[in-house]
Amino acid sequence: MITLLESRTVNKRFGGLQALTDVSLKIHRGEVYGLIGPNGAGKTTFFNVLTGAYPIDGGEFVMNGAELPGGKPHLIVQHGIARTFQNIRLFRELTALENVMAGHHIRSSAGIWGVLAQTRATREEERLMQERALEILDYVGIGRHADTVAKNLSYGDQRRLEIARALATEPQLLALDEPAAGMNATETAGLRALVETIRADGVTVLLIEHDVKLIMGLCDRVAVLDFGKKIAEGTPAEVQRDPDVIRAYLGGHRAH
Amino acid sequence: METFLQQTLNGLVSGSIYALVALGYTMVYGILGLINFAHGDLLMVGALVALQTISLLNSAVPGLHPVVLLLAGVLTAVPVCMAVGYLIERIGYRRLRNAPKLAPLITAIGVSFLLQTLAMILWGREFHVFPQLVSTTPMQPIDGVVVSPLQIFTIVVAFALMAGLMLLVNKSRLGRAMRATAENHRVAGLMGINANGVIAATFIIGSGLAALAGVLFASNYAIAHYAMGFTPGLKAFTAAVLGGIGNLPGAMVGGLVLGLVESFGAGYIEHLTFGFLNSSYQDIFAFIMLGAVLIFRPSGLLGERVADRA
Amino acid sequence: MTTTSSTLTLPAGFSLDPRVQRPLVILLALVAPIVALSFGKSWVRVLDFAMLYVMLAIGLNLVVGFAGLLDLGYIAFYAVGAYTWAFLASPHFGIHLPFWVVLPLGAAFAAAAGITLGFPTLRLRGDYLAIVTLGFGEIIRIFMNNLNQPINITNGPQGIDSIDPLVIGGVDLSMDTSIFGLHTPSVVLYYYAFLACVVAALILVRRCQISRIGRAWAAIRDDELAAKAIGIDTRAMKLLAFAMGATFGGVAGGLFSAFQGFVSPESFSLTESIVVLTMVVLGGMGNLAGVVLGAVLLTALPELLRHFAVPMQMALFGKTLLDPEVLRMLLLSLAMIVMMLVRPAGLLPARTRYAHRDRRNA
Repeated sequence: MITLLESRTVNKRFGGLQALTDVSLKIHRGEVYGLIGPNGAGKTTFFNVLTGAYPIDGGEFVMNGAELPGGKPHLIVQHGIARTFQNIRLFRELTALENVMAGHHIRSSAGIWGVLAQTRATREEERLMQERALEILDYVGIGRHADTVAKNLSYGDQRRLEIARALATEPQLLALDEPAAGMNATETAGLRALVETIRADGVTVLLIEHDVKLIMGLCDRVAVLDFGKKIAEGTPAEVQRDPDVIRAYLGGHRAH
Repeated sequence: METFLQQTLNGLVSGSIYALVALGYTMVYGILGLINFAHGDLLMVGALVALQTISLLNSAVPGLHPVVLLLAGVLTAVPVCMAVGYLIERIGYRRLRNAPKLAPLITAIGVSFLLQTLAMILWGREFHVFPQLVSTTPMQPIDGVVVSPLQIFTIVVAFALMAGLMLLVNKSRLGRAMRATAENHRVAGLMGINANGVIAATFIIGSGLAALAGVLFASNYAIAHYAMGFTPGLKAFTAAVLGGIGNLPGAMVGGLVLGLVESFGAGYIEHLTFGFLNSSYQDIFAFIMLGAVLIFRPSGLLGERVADRA
Repeated sequence: MTTTSSTLTLPAGFSLDPRVQRPLVILLALVAPIVALSFGKSWVRVLDFAMLYVMLAIGLNLVVGFAGLLDLGYIAFYAVGAYTWAFLASPHFGIHLPFWVVLPLGAAFAAAAGITLGFPTLRLRGDYLAIVTLGFGEIIRIFMNNLNQPINITNGPQGIDSIDPLVIGGVDLSMDTSIFGLHTPSVVLYYYAFLACVVAALILVRRCQISRIGRAWAAIRDDELAAKAIGIDTRAMKLLAFAMGATFGGVAGGLFSAFQGFVSPESFSLTESIVVLTMVVLGGMGNLAGVVLGAVLLTALPELLRHFAVPMQMALFGKTLLDPEVLRMLLLSLAMIVMMLVRPAGLLPARTRYAHRDRRNA
């Protein structure tokens, strides 16, 4: 087992609210790792701290042995982490193809002078980028919509496009924030197949999800957050039997 | 020392006017997250409508008491501005609440220019003399410090209005609905609050305050014209940001602080720059302060840091 | 024939094949001054100004339309370019440098001003940025107005005059010249010089648009957080947009200075910033063809109003109720409001492309 990403005692506060307390976990290369927990448990906060959307208040993330720079989303992508959003955030006015090409930003290098002069290298890079983007669109299954403006895509296709855009950054870790939210059964099945393919192609996946069936069927390991703390970790089967997890989900102390 | 007191007094006068206008900016911003660029121009509309009423009344019934004239001016200016403010919201901004973020801003700039142009059509390009209905005869309570009844009147009226607004927002049903709507339109709607009505009320109240500020402003400078709203509008916006936009007490404090800074700045700028810059640079203080606040403390002096929703 | 249906569809119901469109526009641009000349030199002058405004609108569009940054003080960069030319090519300081020195310098100063302004402000929310840029425009104007003492730098409100004209390859564009035996007035010469600049600007901006840089700008405009999440250094990209936009403003300003022979703070008021913004909005933010159209329409507007609205009012009411300047302001402000409410994408309905797609399917 090679550890790809490790979080070490990660803490996050919002004013007086302790949103994450000493969250430590290890994600292995090549697995699908699920992050579950009741509403408000801190899953999305964890995502946002990991991807630099929020600054970290304590602890650190280590990716491939190197500490991640906190609070700088665009640098974290360069370390090989890409994400999607719970409420889809596409570049609405761009076509599917252009969205994915935008995702190539950090894996391309044309500078302003190269662009203005349209050097051979710039043109070649642009051509390759377009080819690659079309491949990725085909890969996630929306190649036929390459020229559709993102805002006009169906909901399920928008989800796929967001994943395609994230894949374009050539990540080692793909972090999906509730990708199945709002999807019907067919769409969810399609999504599951897509995640399987992505894993098979060597990309590690971190998944936040509410759909327990999806988590249990898809994840190799799962961590459970409750009140910003990790209360359990293990295979889906182990976690399902964990008394703390059962208590957290079934209420008891949460009922107020 | 006398200069100091004098500058403080001058600063308080302009500052309390800025504060009144700033309240309008901050209320609308608090509830819609929109900078209503046209708000400064409502000050102009208020001043010119009041002036129009006063001169009509004065020529129809000569010899009326100045207080009656002033009251008549205010009583027309306030409803007119309220109506204009309501129309702006209803026709201009309401349809754009969910539009891409630049659309309402650009509309607001358009509305600002439209108001100025309409004023230009109605009242021409020239500067009009605004009658001094409250005495401006200087008094000298302390040696070397000059204060006029008009200045005292301005400060008193402005503070009374601010106190009234605070009461309204904190104690009344409407105030509670406003605060709830500012928190979250949809949730407020679910709880039975008519969000559209509350937003309209916010525009109406803010516009009324701007009208009064306009009358005070025109009285103090004895002048009114179609573009007079621009500079105080911009300064009031600065004041709102200074105090933490969306924060009512902040807008008041911001207005006063800005008035004082400006007044002291204008008084001392020649010394500070060894004569290189003079008081004609007074207007840049507001801009520089605005820039500095936005860069170093964008949440304002009294504002709390609000995390962006991811 | 269905080939024409998906192309530029004009509201009036006629459409043009794209293969016809382009040569038609080029032809129109080339013969415009000759046609205008038959109505009088003043109309060619209008065209000259239209070209300057087109350049400004292209520059502002890059900032507002591509990157989504609302700059309300854009005219300040125009001023920087204009004053640079006025300082370095006029009797004011007694310096007379050639255009190929002054114009790049003006552009560089404008870009530097853009970066200086952008560096601290570009992390602000969009609406704050609008106000700060507006304030910046005003500060520049206040300085232009007042920096005539204690040391006279700008000559204050009087402005600077007798500015050197544009001289290219020994040809003084401010003089009527004979080309191939044809008497060519100065305004026509300037037109073609400006047109060349506009074409260059269009090519450069189009190259930016369809590139990883243009896509990064569009990404920031559409969703800044998502743009960061795919690794775009939003701050650097915004600065680049600001600097490039400013550069075009600076070049246009230098040309304006040379053409006019005179600059004063009056030419750089907030209203001018708003006029350029309206051009961008009217044509369609982001859409280059639309922006050019918007600029040409709105430059011609005051002249058309002068020539048609005034006589019409005289005929109808026996007097001029609304003078052309007021009418222009009225139309501008209404244009801004109505466009945002009814047709936010602008007059020309074409979608802005950020990738080459003509090869496969279009």
